[in-house]
Amino acid sequence: MHANFIDPFHARDSLLHHVDPRVKLVLAVAFILTTALLPPAAWPGYILVFALILAVAIASALGPFFAIKRAFLVLPFVLAALPVLFTTPGEPWLHVPLGRWALTATAAGLARFASIALKSWLSMQAGILLAASTPFPQLLMAMRALRVPRLLVGVFGLMWRYLFVLADEALRLMRAREARSAALAGAGGSSVLWRAKVTGYMAGSLFLRGYERSERIYDAMLARGYDGEVRTLPLPPMARSDKAALLVGLAIVGSILALEIWVG
Amino acid sequence: MNERIAAVEIVDLSFSYPDGHPALRQVHLTVAPGERVALVGPNGAGKSTLLLQLNGILRGQGHVRIHGLEVAEENIRRIRALVGLVFQDPDDQLFSPTVYEDVAFGPIYMGLPLPEIQERVQRSLAQVGMADYAQRTPHHLSVGEKKRVALATVLSMDATVLALDEPSAGLDPRARGRLIRLLKTLPQTLLVSSHDLHLVEALCPRMVIMQDGRIVADGDSARMLHDEELLARHCLSEDSCE
Repeated sequence: MHANFIDPFHARDSLLHHVDPRVKLVLAVAFILTTALLPPAAWPGYILVFALILAVAIASALGPFFAIKRAFLVLPFVLAALPVLFTTPGEPWLHVPLGRWALTATAAGLARFASIALKSWLSMQAGILLAASTPFPQLLMAMRALRVPRLLVGVFGLMWRYLFVLADEALRLMRAREARSAALAGAGGSSVLWRAKVTGYMAGSLFLRGYERSERIYDAMLARGYDGEVRTLPLPPMARSDKAALLVGLAIVGSILALEIWVG
Repeated sequence: MNERIAAVEIVDLSFSYPDGHPALRQVHLTVAPGERVALVGPNGAGKSTLLLQLNGILRGQGHVRIHGLEVAEENIRRIRALVGLVFQDPDDQLFSPTVYEDVAFGPIYMGLPLPEIQERVQRSLAQVGMADYAQRTPHHLSVGEKKRVALATVLSMDATVLALDEPSAGLDPRARGRLIRLLKTLPQTLLVSSHDLHLVEALCPRMVIMQDGRIVADGDSARMLHDEELLARHCLSEDSCE
């Protein structure tokens, strides 16, 4: 039983998959920054940014809707921005009576809220395309190249490696529970409380197993000379075409931002 | 290495876990260079604990010497380069995101220059027949493949003593056969803890039986494995010690 389905990487033989992971990481961050810095209600800008990410999606051979669909995952988090509907000053658009009080949403607030939702959705697509086109170990290499603290990258690496092992263990536990979740004919199912208790035990057991495993991993690292310092192989050199791609990508997102600021 | 100096010399070694449970009692064991020795015994006999003593992960009272070098704080880095420890669960042994990085881990920490690290990784992976798997993630490998990569992680350190904990656990007969053939090609001194008496017979001319933290028998595998009375006395046959 393997939890491979949680790996976001999708192997394809596409242009995007062949770009150096460092270039992709820098450009994804630049894209998200640019999108975040676009002023509210800068609709033409959003269309430009959307066209850009759509072009990247097409270059990834994952299909144009791959990232668009998955990016809707961000919407529940956008609800956190709901108060801007009512706090942005401007022309009243909608009254929501709440007993003795009333909330007034403004048209400017609505535009702002829609902008935040749209920007989050667009940024999410960049993250999804990055993760889907870059194997995680290469993403770690890119983080090291960008001087993310080595210990942190090391922790990400271990987390990713053992996420699958833990997920496998959880799947096995769940299967064992299923296998013993029998009911006699005519008898009712178990209570919610009881089931919650079983789930609690499972979480506890997973935690204990994880803890014990971490001790064994640490021993295995010590046995091969680990001394508390994180050391890794040197970074591979970057191809000239990748350097060029980086410059072109930065120029594109930079000019979108410059254009918006100049127009706005 | 001087042939007359023992590869492993354990003198009067005792060890108790922090909870007070004694795991090893006055263990004496000498292994010559190139010898292949099996450690057998029931669960909890102290086999794994003994293997962990060999490169100082656990340290008890008494002496452990590897090629004459005392296992002590001041020698610990040299000791760890000499003794390759392979854990029972390859998911504990393989902690890096890719096979390549895992096999390179030991050489990196030994402070070797990059070309030598690359050469050693390639050589060790080829030795265990996993050269094409360098960029794979350990999670995507079968148990047999993981076991072979785990072995490569210590071969790349050029360890002269290999301590393997239950190398055949969880393997199907074909993978087990392949592993035994591979282990037989290795020139290193081998200490193998195992419940798998077929592996012991096929791989190790010498066998040491442990029980309750003590070495209770030491001798020729072929003879001891056919001594029903001896096996039964040390809880190694199916209906013994009930």
